[in-house]
Amino acid sequence: MGDVLVYMDESGGSERLLAWARPLAEAAGGELVALRASGGATTDGQPAADVLLEVSHSSLSPYLPEAHQAVLAAAIEDRRPDLVLLENTTAGYDLAAAAAAAAGLPFVGYCVDLILEDGHAQSTSAIYGGQLLATSRTSLPAVVAVNSSALHEESPTAGRGERVQLAAPAQLENLRTKFVEAVVPPDEGVDLTKAERIVCVGRGIGGADNIPIAEELASALGAELAGSRPVIDSGWLPKSRQVGKSGAHVKPKLYLTLGVSGAPEHVEGMQGSELIVAINTDPGAAIFHVAHYGVVADLFDVADELTSLVG
Amino acid sequence: MNIAVALRLMPKPGDELEVDDSGTDIDRDYTEMVINEFDDHALEEAVLIKEATGATVTAVGLRAEGIDQALRVAYARGADRVVVVEAGELDPYDAPSAARALAQALRELAPDLVLTGVQTPSDVFGQTAPYLAAALGWPQANVVVGVTLVDGSAHVVQEYAGGRLAVLELGLPAVVGVQSASSPPRYVSMVRLREAMTEASAETLNVTVEPRAAPPEILSLARPEPTEGATMLEGDAEQVASQIAALLREHGALVS
Repeated sequence: MGDVLVYMDESGGSERLLAWARPLAEAAGGELVALRASGGATTDGQPAADVLLEVSHSSLSPYLPEAHQAVLAAAIEDRRPDLVLLENTTAGYDLAAAAAAAAGLPFVGYCVDLILEDGHAQSTSAIYGGQLLATSRTSLPAVVAVNSSALHEESPTAGRGERVQLAAPAQLENLRTKFVEAVVPPDEGVDLTKAERIVCVGRGIGGADNIPIAEELASALGAELAGSRPVIDSGWLPKSRQVGKSGAHVKPKLYLTLGVSGAPEHVEGMQGSELIVAINTDPGAAIFHVAHYGVVADLFDVADELTSLVG
Repeated sequence: MNIAVALRLMPKPGDELEVDDSGTDIDRDYTEMVINEFDDHALEEAVLIKEATGATVTAVGLRAEGIDQALRVAYARGADRVVVVEAGELDPYDAPSAARALAQALRELAPDLVLTGVQTPSDVFGQTAPYLAAALGWPQANVVVGVTLVDGSAHVVQEYAGGRLAVLELGLPAVVGVQSASSPPRYVSMVRLREAMTEASAETLNVTVEPRAAPPEILSLARPEPTEGATMLEGDAEQVASQIAALLREHGALVS
């Protein structure tokens, strides 16, 4: 009892979640247990967990949601942890709520802060695209999905480092999901991760017709033009210019946003930028919490003025 | 081949939200509820599959303020059938409850494939696709950016960090959480929408779902504290532009 189980995402970054989870395991008076599901030989190195549960099976790599779902459900059944943590990656979206549903446990999503007390989890969740913070109380055991933007680069404290091999669940022999192929996205000649300056437009740009206004500013600043998810999904800019969870993760010298609200999925991709300047009409926009300088104004007026000043 | 699209409602993106007097929910009196934008992409993907294969598309939504208009939009966009699920006093904004009600309706409709949005940005306590999949006992995949039907199964393109992609084959029936459609959701003219208002006749399905025992509770809902974050620049457009230019110069962020 009291254990905190962390699902290790094979796409990486789980060390950050382990570091985040360590104080929770201490608060719960239990051990930090990591679950690694992989296709082959176990990895070396001292895990940052007290217990590393390892499950190996050919259907676990490349990643298949159904296979990892079965492994996580089996691990929860076996260890009965107080708290199960996943990062809101693609695997997190596949597995966290599914694990809660399968085990009949409550689920809390979009978590950015978590406290354990009196057998309950008090969570702060960033909802409505980061516009509002919901504080909630959930009985334990529970499954919590943590926003990537809440995790920071820090070295996890070394754990006890016990390794336990778990048997692969029988369902893995009978999956209804198959891996077909990896797809290499087309190279469109843009590498936002190498850009020193980026001008990023959000939903506030209003439509494809207004993109040239941002292009002119980008060109005057010697910056690459980028977009947040709604801009890419609406087809106003190509996918290669997306910043955020499902786009590029960037750390330029300058990141200037026009009409970007600052949803957690976007913040995750740009919060490491050296200088962030945000222009948005909504004074409550979440982008102002991550920006260094903010302007509440019509983006078109400011963009025009700035273009003529620096151009 | 029958495709069902599970639609849930969200405040119109970009609208400023107010917290109501209880302090635990948004003020819904002044909020326009529209199709959750990820569900909108799921609907578009379903219609694209219909156009490619002749499949039929059924849009399904839980009774709530705004669902009739949402279903009319779905019809105007290409859904063949629209179904309202009546679940009594059930809270349509509690994802696990909503999923159980929708799952009951879907069992009756017996589609081959269910598409819905990968997330509803208001869901603190759940997520539609995994809860639907669990209730139905079907395989699922989320963060999907394209779906095609191949030899009686669904090929889905799943997206990972940094834009990596892989194609997975899901045996049908299955549930898919769509991140974005293969092409942007189509525009529907007001004329078409008005036509749909007279043509679309929503079917009603009644379901009974027990309320959740000891559900988690929202203690408070608030805007993030403006304690940390940006230094705000004041003035008219010209003044703030020159302040920004000065800051960029100071930080060495301008091209020299």
